[in-house]
Amino acid sequence: MGFLTKQKSANNRRTDPLMLLFYILSLVLLLFVFVVIANMIIGQVMTDLSGLVDAASSKPVLKSIFLSLYAGFLATMISLLLGVPTAYILARKNFTGKRFVESMLDVPVVIPHTVAGIALLTVFGANGLLGAPLQPYIQFRDAMPGIVVAMLFVSAPYLTNSAREGFKNVDPKLENVARSLGAPLWKTFAIVTLPLASRHLLIGSIMCWARAISEFGAVVMIAYYPMIGPTLIYDRYLSQGLSASRPIAVLLILVTLVIFITVRILSAGWRVYDKD
Amino acid sequence: MIKIKELHRRWKEFRLAGIDLEIADGEYFVILGPTGAGKTLLLELIAGFYRPDGGDIYIGDKNVTGLPPEKRNIGFLYQDYSLFPHMNAAKNIEFGMRMRGIKDSDTVKKIAGYLNIGHLLHRYSQTLSGGEQQRVALARVLVINPDILLLDEPLSALDPGTQDSTRNILKSIHSDSNLTVIHVTHDQTEARILADRIAIMMDGRIVQVGTPDEVFDRPINDEVAHFVGVENVLKGKVTTSSNGISMLDIGGTMLEAVSECVAGDTVYACLRPENITLGTTGIKSSARNTYEGRLVEMERMGALVRVKVDCGFLLNAFVTNQSAGELGLMYGETVVVSFKASAVHVV
Repeated sequence: MGFLTKQKSANNRRTDPLMLLFYILSLVLLLFVFVVIANMIIGQVMTDLSGLVDAASSKPVLKSIFLSLYAGFLATMISLLLGVPTAYILARKNFTGKRFVESMLDVPVVIPHTVAGIALLTVFGANGLLGAPLQPYIQFRDAMPGIVVAMLFVSAPYLTNSAREGFKNVDPKLENVARSLGAPLWKTFAIVTLPLASRHLLIGSIMCWARAISEFGAVVMIAYYPMIGPTLIYDRYLSQGLSASRPIAVLLILVTLVIFITVRILSAGWRVYDKD
Repeated sequence: MIKIKELHRRWKEFRLAGIDLEIADGEYFVILGPTGAGKTLLLELIAGFYRPDGGDIYIGDKNVTGLPPEKRNIGFLYQDYSLFPHMNAAKNIEFGMRMRGIKDSDTVKKIAGYLNIGHLLHRYSQTLSGGEQQRVALARVLVINPDILLLDEPLSALDPGTQDSTRNILKSIHSDSNLTVIHVTHDQTEARILADRIAIMMDGRIVQVGTPDEVFDRPINDEVAHFVGVENVLKGKVTTSSNGISMLDIGGTMLEAVSECVAGDTVYACLRPENITLGTTGIKSSARNTYEGRLVEMERMGALVRVKVDCGFLLNAFVTNQSAGELGLMYGETVVVSFKASAVHVV
């Protein structure tokens, strides 16, 4: 006992060399991200503030940024509708082929985005598997539905995975008790399971939305027009160069940062019911 | 009446094989068995949380095997209480009524008063002690007025003091409401004290069903004997009690115990077998309880020998192999057993 306490106090006094190394390496990573982002924003503000102001008052720029946010929001809503039930099944049920299903749902995370775009095009394009029969009713190519479909494909896994973790953290015994107290499954799900998994659902939704907004490769293949933020930035970069595209990039970053920080702050007050 | 017929279910490492049980209305029925016997699974099948692979469950005349849990009107209490962490105690208790579309704060208050948790109603489960959570969970179950109360190891997560008081609560709930209770436990003392009847469950099978006396004094086979044969639990009546010393009448034989109980009460005297001293002649010692009895059973258990002595009541005691040899203990011989009054735990 005396030996143990001695060792502990020695640890308190001096940082282990390995931990010191870890601190340094994590600082490198942090600076890497920070410098890249901050340099762009600060550089823009210092050297070309008027360009930023111009971008912020330009209608096509604002339109493209709004389109990014809005299409991403729609993709997130569809992800919730489809991903939450999927996540619940994966968290609660065991079945043969479950591993396959889980891997399948994760595929969009690992394939290159341009590949995803090509694949989506062959399904939702005018002559695609679903695009052709749906042609009279809904157009995907160079249209809003195409943007949403591309965003949905790449971002849905983030929500599904987070929701699955959330549901796994809700003790099935709580659901059993709710059932025995007279709650049918849907009420149990709505009153017990969902509120207890809400933090994971929120975090999953934010991740999903963020991923949708940041998508470029898949979207640009299926819908160059109407232009979402990233497409406009790319388009300006090719036609007018870095100085024309950077203000839009800075604006897009600022808008998304403000939204995510706001959501984080608003949700910080939420109780945490995760199992300890 | 609850009737369970030929119930089968495989689940992970457990296997329930052909469970047959009949439990009468108003009975306090204890399912006693070692960990891993499948007791909780059986309870969850009765509640309807899982479907059996085969067999039927009847409540009254109704076959409920295919009914979902919300249609069975069964109260279920898990070992860890499973209070909803996002609701305070009052909301937890109201849950069942809310599901039935009833608003009745009087009933909540009445039950909270009965279980002495009126002052905790605004609190969340994270801030409640085990015993308090237990009582909130009980209130939540009782409020729906269930036909059957299913208890999954309700005392094993509590400290000894709270165990005693909770056991009394369970007893009075049962006697006040005449509720049918099925209580699952691995604790023999708990089973003996609470049960009208006991079912011994081992490896997914019901091995023996009977009154506590039948099960503990006449175990059906070696396995059951091994499992139930250790602790001594004697039912008796307090004849006198003063200065912390009580005299208990155990079926005609008097026993002295250190205890603050009240004369006239029916109590249980618990006695650990290692606290009993064995001799062949009377020994003068500070042990207040000395009895002559016949040695009716001897069994080697490693370095120890378990002996059963009939001295008006049956007592299990441990002696070492060496002592057994030196004393020349033999089946059928008369021996003297003694133990201190302070070794007797009265509940």
